[in-house]
Order: sequence, then C-alpha cells, then structure tokens
Amino acid sequence: MNSESIVRRPAASLGRLALFAAGLAAAAAPAAAQQQADPRVGLRAGLHDAGQAIRNLELVSTRPRPEGLFDPADVGNFGFMNSDLAFRGNYLFQGNFSGWQVWDISNPAAPTLRSKLVCPGGQGDVSVHGNLLFMSVEMPNGRVDCGGQGVEAPASPERFRGVRIFDISNVDAPRQVAAVQTCRGSHTHTLVPDPKDNANVYVYVSGTSSVRSPDELAGCVGAPEDPNTALFRIEVIRVPLAAPQEARIVSSPRVFADRQTGAAAGLWRGGNHGEGTQSTAQTNMCHDLTVYPELGLAAGACSGNGILLDIRDPANPVRVDEVLDPNFAYWHSATFNNAGTTILFTDEWGGGTQPRCRATDKAEWGADAIFTLSNRKLTHAGYFKIPAAQSAQENCVAHNGSLIPVPGRDIMAQAWYQGGLSVVDFTDPAKPMEIAFFDRGPVDAAAMKMGGQWGTYWYNGYIYGSEIARGLDVFALKPSAYLSQNEIDAARLVRTDVANPQVQTKMVWPAAFVVARAYVDQLERGQGLAAGRVSAVRSELQRAERLSGAQQRTALTQLATAIDRDAASSRDAARVRMLSAAVRDLAGAAR
Amino acid sequence: MQRSSVRMLALAGTIVAAVGCGGAARQASAEVARIDATGSAAVADTGRAPRPGANEADVRFMRGMIGHHAQALEMTDLVPTRAARADIRLMAERIAVSQHDEIAAMERWLRSRGEAVESADAHQHHGAAGGGHAGMPGMPGMATPDEMARLAASTGAEFDRLFLELMIRHHEGALVMVAALLASPGGGQDAEVYQLASDVEADQRAEIARMQRLQNGPAPAPRR
Repeated sequence: MNSESIVRRPAASLGRLALFAAGLAAAAAPAAAQQQADPRVGLRAGLHDAGQAIRNLELVSTRPRPEGLFDPADVGNFGFMNSDLAFRGNYLFQGNFSGWQVWDISNPAAPTLRSKLVCPGGQGDVSVHGNLLFMSVEMPNGRVDCGGQGVEAPASPERFRGVRIFDISNVDAPRQVAAVQTCRGSHTHTLVPDPKDNANVYVYVSGTSSVRSPDELAGCVGAPEDPNTALFRIEVIRVPLAAPQEARIVSSPRVFADRQTGAAAGLWRGGNHGEGTQSTAQTNMCHDLTVYPELGLAAGACSGNGILLDIRDPANPVRVDEVLDPNFAYWHSATFNNAGTTILFTDEWGGGTQPRCRATDKAEWGADAIFTLSNRKLTHAGYFKIPAAQSAQENCVAHNGSLIPVPGRDIMAQAWYQGGLSVVDFTDPAKPMEIAFFDRGPVDAAAMKMGGQWGTYWYNGYIYGSEIARGLDVFALKPSAYLSQNEIDAARLVRTDVANPQVQTKMVWPAAFVVARAYVDQLERGQGLAAGRVSAVRSELQRAERLSGAQQRTALTQLATAIDRDAASSRDAARVRMLSAAVRDLAGAAR
Repeated sequence: MQRSSVRMLALAGTIVAAVGCGGAARQASAEVARIDATGSAAVADTGRAPRPGANEADVRFMRGMIGHHAQALEMTDLVPTRAARADIRLMAERIAVSQHDEIAAMERWLRSRGEAVESADAHQHHGAAGGGHAGMPGMPGMATPDEMARLAASTGAEFDRLFLELMIRHHEGALVMVAALLASPGGGQDAEVYQLASDVEADQRAEIARMQRLQNGPAPAPRR
C-alpha cells in the first residue's frame, strides 16, 4: 500500500468513531502541514458559485442542468441526479435519473443543449452505438411509457426495469424502439461489440436490485436455491442492429458458478450457519462491468469481489479469476490499463451518497485498489485515494473515469463525486500518483446534498465531467512537472468517433514527432536517459523534422539505432525502446 | 442561460417536488404516448406529471432501519475491548462507519419530510427483539437483550464467534426489511429512499459474505 500519497489530518473526535480512529491520529499528525496546503480543503459552499480549487487543469466551460432535469425546490433531489456519459461524434449524451440530455460539443468551450428527454427511472446509465441509444433503468418508478407518476402496485404491466433502446437517427426526436425488461432491472449496462459479428451488438446487464415478482415479469425467480434463480447471473441482450425492436435476452450466464461443481453460488465459501442463513448471503450481483473486447476480457466488481471474465464468446462470458480485498474494501467497478496488464478496481463505499473522504476515513476504503494482471491472474499492488480531506457535507468516494491516452503511461481521469476530479498516474501500480485535480466546495454548507462528479471521461482532447447537481463540466489538461505539453499533444492525437466509457478500446498512437517527444520528456523526467543524451535526441528530432523523403528516413533510422544502444544502460530500458519504436514509426512514414 | 432552438420533447415548466402523501391526486400529462407491446413509440411530453413522493412504507422503513442500525452500533461498540482478531476489528469498523452515516442520512430524510425523529437510544429499546414497548414488534435479525448481554460478557475467541453470528443474522434482517419495502405498494418510489435501501442491500450483502468467510478463520495471506 502506498501510504505516502495518502495524507490525512489528525482524526477529529467523533464519539464512538474515535475508538477506532484513535490509532489513526498519531500516524496522521505529521501530515497536518501538508494537508493545510491543499487548496481543496475548506472550499466555500454553493450550487453554481462554490469555491473552486484547480491544479494542472483548466475548466474550459460549464453548463447547468436544463429545465425538466432538475428540481428548483430541491437541488439535491435524488430523482434528478445527472449520471453517466456516452459520446458519438460531436454529441455528448448525458444520463440523468429522470432522462437524458444531448449536448453538442463541436466547440468544447461552448457546449449547447441539442435535445433532452424526460423519462424517469434511475440510474439512466447511457451508451450509444450507431443510431441507437441505450439507457438503464432499475428503480421501481420506471414506466414503459416514460411517465413521471411512478408505479404504485408491486406488480404492474406499466412498470419498466431493464434497458431502454432509443432510435436517435433524428436526435431531436428520439423514439423508444424497445424496452427490454429484466428480472432485476439494470443498474448499469455495458455494450459489447463482437469483432466477429457486425449485425448485432450485445449488452451485458448488471442488475443489483430486488428480483421482480413472476406476476410482473414471467420467469423471474428470487429464491437463491432455485436452479432458475435470477440471482448469481448477468443478462446478455442481443440487439440486431437492423431491427433493434427484436432485442432480447439471449443468455443469463452464471458468472459466479463454481468451476468444479457448477453450483451457481460458487463464490460463496461459507459453511452451514443455521436455518435461514444461507439464503441471503451470497455474492449474487455485479455492479459495473468493463469490457475490453480486443483482449477478450472483462473486469467486473461483483458483490465486493473483483472478477475477471473471458468474453471471447460475448454471449457466454466465463469467469477466470476473482479476488477479495484483505482490508475489506468491496469493489464496484474496474478499469484496465491500455496494455491490459493492470486493473484498477474502485470501492464505491456508501454507494456515492455518503461522505467517505473525511479525515477519519481510512485510505484503503472508498478508494482504488490496483492489481497487476498476468496469465489471467490478478495480484494486488497498491491503493489510491484523493489526498485532500473532504467535508461531511460532501458525498465522496471513488467512482467512474477513463484513461487519458498519454503514450507510455497509465493515466486516468477519475470522478470522486464531491471529491471532484482527480487525474491519477498508475503506471507503477504500487505507486499511484495524483498529477492534476479540480474540486468545488459542497453544494450546501450545512447539509449533505447530492452533487459532484459522477463520471469524468477523456474524449477527443478534453475531459468531460457529468456533475450530478451542477450539470456538465469540460476540462483541458495543462502542462506541469508531471505532464509535458508534448504528452498532452500526443494524447490529443488519439481520436475516436464514439466512446462508451465501460467499453475500452486499444489506444494506438500514429507516427508523429510529438509522440517521440513525449517519450523523451518521460525519459528526462524519470532519468531514463542522461541529460546529454536527452538534448542530443531532441536536437536530432528537430533536425530530422525539417528533412523529408529518403533523407528524413535515413536520419530517423539512424536515430532509432542510436537510441536502441541507450537501452542497455538505462534504468528504464522499456521506455527507451518505446522511444526508438516511435522514431522507427516516423522513419516508416517519411515522405 | 442557454436557449435551445430545437423542439424539446419534454416541456419542463415548474417541477413540483412531490413530497408527502402518496395518495395526492395525480394529473397525468394528457400527451403521454401509448407504448405498444414491444415498448416502441415516440415519447411525448412527460414533464408535467407530478413525481411519486414518500409514503407510509418509506417512513416505516426509515424509522425501523434507524433502530435496526442502532443495535448494530451497540455490537460494534463492544469490539475494541473484546475482539481477539484484527480482521474482525476491521470489519466492525467498516460496519460502524457505514451505519453511523446511514442513520444520519435517514434522520435527515425524515426531518425533510416533516416526520418526527427519535433519538437512537430510544430506537434501541423499541427495536430489540422480544423487548421494548408493547405494540412494537422486534425487527428481523435483531438480537434479544439476552443475546446482547452474552455478547457483552464475552471476550476473545468466544466474542469473535458470537459477534459474527449475531451480526450476520442482523445483516440478513436488514435485507429482509429492504425486500419488504420494495414489495410494498409505492415503497421505494421516492428516489432517495430507493437509493439508501439499495446501498444498505449492496453493502450488507457483501459484508455477510465476508463475515461468513471470517467464520472459517483468519484469511490466508493474499496473492502477491
């Protein structure tokens, strides 16, 4: 565990909690001075005028929630929280517990609201694929007809819990073309494109809520001992792209199955603890699942366990590894690094509604746990939590984010609810380090009101934040000692037409001088090359850039060869080779 | 303020925060489209329909859960001076922090709906299985006063064993209460109630699984 990056104020007395926290106080005291210096501590409260702290980022624009998707009488109303994001072209789709918004981000400095839909039923997790928008609904007030009056009866044909599918060919006039009901509703969902199947897209549905009565949805069974139980599984929906109205559940893989016995409740290793105790205890639901189709893997957080799934057959995922945290963190979501050699799990302790970043809260709880992945086995390496203590009026815990495509490094922009946005470098999984942040003061000075970043994601050069109460934030990275302009520019070269944050795609950098320069900056920062070599390489790159054709190719090839020789004496040989490979790419592209 | 020039599908107007009686007259928007069996249709103006508010089942759940949590805190209070194992202390600390905060959230919710909030101590008396005032039945999974006394009188390995047994049962009781809420008419239609109930469900379910592992003894060292 990397305790150096986790700084806590001495514990305040909190009655009974002081019994546990007493041990913490002595350890944290030397950190008090550093804690006082973090500008995120003690920010003024407010909805749109809260104090702000920002480092190595710029807040490029911010837009409030539109009418219909917030409650003016109660800005913290749970029914109107903004939730997750998806991107396609110049459109940003922002989910909300009461529907969704479409923002035109052609100019990220001035987003405009293109359209919105009021269609209640949290959490409103959204994904986009072509002209289809998918939305998760789990709450019992969800209605098939999108009405806002809720559903009173425990079993009713008017209720909807599952995944809605909208045709957004005309983004100003979305049409719900399918509403796939599931037994537990959909807390979140993950799109799984099958590289071998262009006609369909698959949707993994994570249901964490109560199982519906069979009177409401036929075939739903809640009893865990029943072989047809709706527990212990995820649903897989297949969506024919040419006929999305035909979308339906095609399998319900029992991802918790015991590998030897096939018993559905395989991950539960308890014994017989008396009558009535078995039925409620097992690992029976998954929160977020992140897929990385090019690796054939998905990482999930299921009832507190981290799990790894083989998804090469998307309709039939199979569990290949699982891990528990010895410090009793329970995981909710996961992110792979680009190479697929590291997974960052998050412990969303308190579900995002509680303040868990106080000075008294443990550094390993409500935090990230980072694992290395090798031969399909997970091994714990480190923890990360934002180092600035947040107030008791700020719901705060690790939540959603995505990778920033800086070549050669594993960097994530992550949301921490009212803990704000934190950009963390986890290239060394045992020593994660924060390199940028943004934070506001609490929504309300006196009371805990829901707010903060639900998810912060990189998309085509900017970081977009879905702010639960304040709307949409757009950020740009600024260079610092931790991140150079070349690295930022190299990241901006990675462009995609669509981004659904729970679907990871392999980031690839084109042949470009700025990519090579990014590696040089990294080698300088990490002393992987002597200062003299750094200058020499920079000069040579500059000279080669002014050449063209065969001359350029020759210059670059010679440079790459020289750099390869540096690898032998470097403390970071792998990075030196990344540099030479980037220079060879340039040589190959020379015209 | 941004003005969008394109047709809005939902006219916002003024959103009425529908709180209080679930039986208030509902004025459904006249233009809500009929959705056919496949769930497809153009979605129309739904912004004017008032939202479901809190109802009896929600209030009962919140009140009950406060008392239920209070007993869990009574149990975790005993851990620092009686438990033998470090992993049990860690488990207890996590439970204590979670449930302490949840009590505060539930009390906030009740106050915001104009409902009375009793002190946590009063709740402990009401909620204890087999004890308390007439007409106030014990809640699922609660320990009896005898069981609590036995727990308080034990130390070391015996305490650890009893603590796990009682807390697992206590957690299972919480899950029963959540299930009962979501099975009752209108229960959990209020977004905040639903969220809190879901969080209790998620965290306590994971904790039950972990406690059952603890019952098998201290965990082996994790893979490194």
